[in-house]
Amino acid sequence: MTAPALEMVDVSRIHGRGDAAVHALRGLHLTVHPGELVAVMGPSGSGKSTLLNLAGGLDQATAGKVRVAGEELGSLSRSALAVLRRRKVGYVFQDYNLIPSLTAVENVALPLELDRVRTRQAIEQARTALDEVGLGGLHDRFPDDLSGGQQQRVAIARAVVGGRGLVLADEPTGALDSQTGEQVLALLRSRCDHGAAALLVTHEARHAGWADRVVFLRDGAVVDEAGSSLSPDAFLAGQQ
Amino acid sequence: MSIRFGLLALLEREPMYGYQLRTEFDTTTGSTWPLNVGQVYTTLARLERDGLVAAGEQDDDGRVRYAITDAGRSELQQWFDTPVVASDRPRDELAIKLALAVTVPGVDVAAVVQRQRASTMTSMQDLTRLKRGGDQGLSWALVLDAMRFQLEAEIRWLDHCEGVLARASRGPGADRRGAAAAERAARTGADR
Repeated sequence: MTAPALEMVDVSRIHGRGDAAVHALRGLHLTVHPGELVAVMGPSGSGKSTLLNLAGGLDQATAGKVRVAGEELGSLSRSALAVLRRRKVGYVFQDYNLIPSLTAVENVALPLELDRVRTRQAIEQARTALDEVGLGGLHDRFPDDLSGGQQQRVAIARAVVGGRGLVLADEPTGALDSQTGEQVLALLRSRCDHGAAALLVTHEARHAGWADRVVFLRDGAVVDEAGSSLSPDAFLAGQQ
Repeated sequence: MSIRFGLLALLEREPMYGYQLRTEFDTTTGSTWPLNVGQVYTTLARLERDGLVAAGEQDDDGRVRYAITDAGRSELQQWFDTPVVASDRPRDELAIKLALAVTVPGVDVAAVVQRQRASTMTSMQDLTRLKRGGDQGLSWALVLDAMRFQLEAEIRWLDHCEGVLARASRGPGADRRGAAAAERAARTGADR
């Protein structure tokens, strides 16, 4: 059986000590399987960013275990962690974070090249990834010549290129209008339907609606979870 | 939703039989507001009484085709020209439920809010799955989006209620202490 793309077991993160200690996460359990899109919602200060940072190995848990593709992050050396981050984890940010002096295809190829994939091969994989996000004709455009929605598509291609299994998306639609935001979510959903796993932090309920599961965080703990189990027909019958 | 205007809008396209109106109404609104045939004929009878539709001759199968009149057209145009106001909609049971919950001793209002939010989110996921199906026509897609935006508004309002309740339970002065702690945490986090 395939290991979960992300597994967080009884994870706590405490900033500071003694009276000044702040519990950013408290005994959190969360599993994301390949093919799943899981949304995290919660007010400011509920622990969403801490959760993403821990999942991506950018921060370390005070207690508990974080596993990405079966590997426990706490047991890895710094260099092994960096390799795992490059090969297994992709990030999508609100402000796209593309490198302005590189074309779309060069931006997408970059993580592969950093991982010592040969340039020609990296570019080839990047072209396929861009085609898959619907940017077939725009490979050689610079970020400034792309719309916000197109830039976010490039960022999603960069996050999944080379078969990376876990996408961590932090408010990816925050800078986009409603319709473009929906298209980006539909794309993320489709990447998951093709086998990727994604953890999506959002404050927009309509966008969280694309997820298989929605986890509600409050004060560093999961307070509830919503997941759809009805068939569409049963749902409509319930609405009447 | 007024069935009356729904039927007039459909008849503006072309004259139709009663059962045909029912089917068209369901198709256009994605079965969101299903009508039974009885409602259709009762409404048609009233529209005819008010001179807004006219019944044609019975055909060989005993069916009657209804057509919109000029008066009906003008009534329909007025409906499209007039915004829907909140008082035309049914009372909001959820708002009333929360308003009462805060006054009844022993009710965990935060839990009521959270249960509602999870339930509303589940409905949002269901509607989004329907949208993903993608084979709806434009009318149905607009209705689906209307429902999704309404659910989104409800969830935002529930988030707001939660914040208000939390502040109320902490009492005066708590806001500043909370903000200071959050600021300390952010600084500590940023230092790392």
